[in-house]
Amino acid sequence: MANFGNLSLTLAFTFAIYAVISLITGTKTGRRDLIKSGENAVYVYFALITSAVVGLLYLLVTSNFQIEYVASITNRDMPVYYKLAALWGGQAGSLLFWTWILATYAAIVTFRNRQRRTNLVPAAVGIMSMTTLFFLSLNVFAENPFSELAMSHAGLEEQLPFAPADGRGLNPLLQHPVMVIHPPILYLGYVGMVVPFAFAIAALITRELGNAWITLIRRWTLIAWGLLGFGIILGGKWAYMELGWGGYWAWDPVENASLMPWLTATAFLHSVIVQEKKNMLKVWNVTLIIATYLLVIFGTFLTRSGVVSSVHAFAQSSIGSFFVSYIAIAGGLCVWLVFSRLEYLKSENELDSVVSRESGFLFNNLVFLGACFAVLWGTVFPVISEAIQGEKISVGAPFFNKINIPVGLFLLFLTGVGPLLAWRKTSPRSLKKNFLWPMAVAMVAAAILFATGVSGFYPLVSFLLCVFVTATIFVEFFRGIRARMRAHGEMLHHAFLRLIGKNKRRYGGYIVHFAIVLIFIGFTGNAFNRETKGEVTEGDTISLGAYELRCEQIEEGETPNYTYIVATLSATKNGKPMGTLVPEKRFYHASEQGTSEVALRSNLAEDLYVVFAGVNEDNNRAVIQIFLNPLVAWVWIGTIVMIVGTVVAILPDGRDVRIQRRKRALEKLLRASEKI
Amino acid sequence: MARKNNRVVLGVVVVIGALVYFGFAGFQEGKAYYKTIEELHDMGDAAHDKRIRVAGTVSAGSIERDGTEITFRLEQNQLTLPVRYTGSSPVPDTFQDGAEALCDGKYLPDGTFDAKLIQAKCASKYEAEYGTKEAGQ
Repeated sequence: MANFGNLSLTLAFTFAIYAVISLITGTKTGRRDLIKSGENAVYVYFALITSAVVGLLYLLVTSNFQIEYVASITNRDMPVYYKLAALWGGQAGSLLFWTWILATYAAIVTFRNRQRRTNLVPAAVGIMSMTTLFFLSLNVFAENPFSELAMSHAGLEEQLPFAPADGRGLNPLLQHPVMVIHPPILYLGYVGMVVPFAFAIAALITRELGNAWITLIRRWTLIAWGLLGFGIILGGKWAYMELGWGGYWAWDPVENASLMPWLTATAFLHSVIVQEKKNMLKVWNVTLIIATYLLVIFGTFLTRSGVVSSVHAFAQSSIGSFFVSYIAIAGGLCVWLVFSRLEYLKSENELDSVVSRESGFLFNNLVFLGACFAVLWGTVFPVISEAIQGEKISVGAPFFNKINIPVGLFLLFLTGVGPLLAWRKTSPRSLKKNFLWPMAVAMVAAAILFATGVSGFYPLVSFLLCVFVTATIFVEFFRGIRARMRAHGEMLHHAFLRLIGKNKRRYGGYIVHFAIVLIFIGFTGNAFNRETKGEVTEGDTISLGAYELRCEQIEEGETPNYTYIVATLSATKNGKPMGTLVPEKRFYHASEQGTSEVALRSNLAEDLYVVFAGVNEDNNRAVIQIFLNPLVAWVWIGTIVMIVGTVVAILPDGRDVRIQRRKRALEKLLRASEKI
Repeated sequence: MARKNNRVVLGVVVVIGALVYFGFAGFQEGKAYYKTIEELHDMGDAAHDKRIRVAGTVSAGSIERDGTEITFRLEQNQLTLPVRYTGSSPVPDTFQDGAEALCDGKYLPDGTFDAKLIQAKCASKYEAEYGTKEAGQ
């Protein structure tokens, strides 16, 4: 099976080389036969990489410990779904998974556009194949998941293969249901960003820099963006449930690596609208999507090479030099391409006013990019300062928070203001009409919060903006619904659904904006977090806020996979019983590592988060830590709303469907007439 | 027209200025120096007024929990550093004997390190494990 996997990967590598060459020369010379053959090569390498993935899954499930990767990441007693999830649990496997997702995207893009007679698609698939080729070279030459374990024996020159009796096991921190879905979703989003990038580069190569490429990628970008955002928050959810330190975001380099392309992609999603409507910002848009792509590759490099220290305990690796060379070459080529095509990228309009939709987008972009740059700077600063000053300096969470809290609030403000500004110039009258009531409502809400004891500048501003943005969105829906009810005599719910259905992109966008408000409510809760910790033994109590926990029992035990110690705590809130909480500490045998299983009671107002922090060896008392985290649930609720909004924005408009149907009928007719 | 564009430019300058200001202030607040234990010993008094990050291996058997405080020894190139953890978060699950730990905090004049934050990676004992298994086969 290992040989089969190796053979598949090597063959896929050759087919990818062929695909790149024939697709790029095919588009350059306009030879359809070359393009066709290149597209077939894409299907072939996709099939080959798929069989390599299936091969590795088979080796993982059957616990073939002769394979180094299998032995390093699984053990016999692991449940099957974690054995399957081990595909993305370690270095070599996750890189193969990356390649496979990219190949899948390339095959789908090819297949969906097979009827389209444009040079954009084959050129774009050629660019995607180039990225596939780079990752395949890592799979084949640097981090081969199929390499076998070998040992030298006394008196023998050559090394002999061997298989250990059991594997080391998947890092127990990764043995969590969220971990089964977080990496695939994050990867789908992360790798998906390659699609819009490939089309941008294809547009530059073919000089077809009109709006065609932007229309082609709109849905792809939204899909990748939605999945990336969902994946990032799932990672936060996992950290919250599994790492047991009471929070969901720590500005760890790996988190930053996924956030940076999300920031530039969000900027791109917005500024591309300006290009569509006003033919402006063309250079800016290709630059943003190139930056997103390079950040995706750079992020993979950060996570996989161990260049910065991180909680994600991936091995130090030699693949760093591969990545650095690839980023340098790809970045250089992109810059050259943009410069050589500058004359095709001229803006056809100018910015007229500071209070206009255009400048709203401009500030949106500026701030997103500023945030991205700050995160990048903070993440790589230890490396830079060591190279320049010879002294390694890290900046830590205070740096990231100091800059990103005001940035986030400014963006929240724009979320409310931007969509209601008029293109070109907004009159003072329309400003008053659109913003008077939302601002008034927000002021009153902030005053009420202040009067009821909410203090702190940032939290108050944040809540004020949340109310303001919600009010502006509400007003938009209200006006649209009222207009429909008057014009068509529709019922309220009917008008609501029709309103969204008739303009899914716009109202999907509003739903996403509302989701951002909900997520910010959750973020703001952080300002009011409380915690306490204490040593308890049976009969002791420990309290925080309205909650009191009484230790009923401390119990130790063992399963085939791990030993555990668990505290049973009966909880009351304001004296009313609310059941038992059972925080647990586990120690996994195979990996010799411990994990905390958090006990969590969550409602819309706050999370009660209880951790079994350890045992004091002197007196055998359990150390229990309690966190009271207000409003966290809104982050997860907002995420679900965000997915709904993204899906609405992606759904085809009624108009699109009719046009497509007519187009297909026409093509059918044409083909029929060709036969005659 | 030109005047209106000036206002856009002014807006851009204000936003960038604010970003730079917050970035600089955040840097002053959050910066910490990576030092080896050896460098820490050689720095003298200069070591006590900076935020320091020091990495090393947790000495086997040195972890002691006293109430909510944790003390342990950090090892690096045969040098050891006594550490007292007084941070508010629970230490990560990966923090255990033999783990690679990164401590963030202050180096006190009495020679102990007052850590407010600990990151840890689990030890890779794994290659050695194969060796022992092979010897037994």
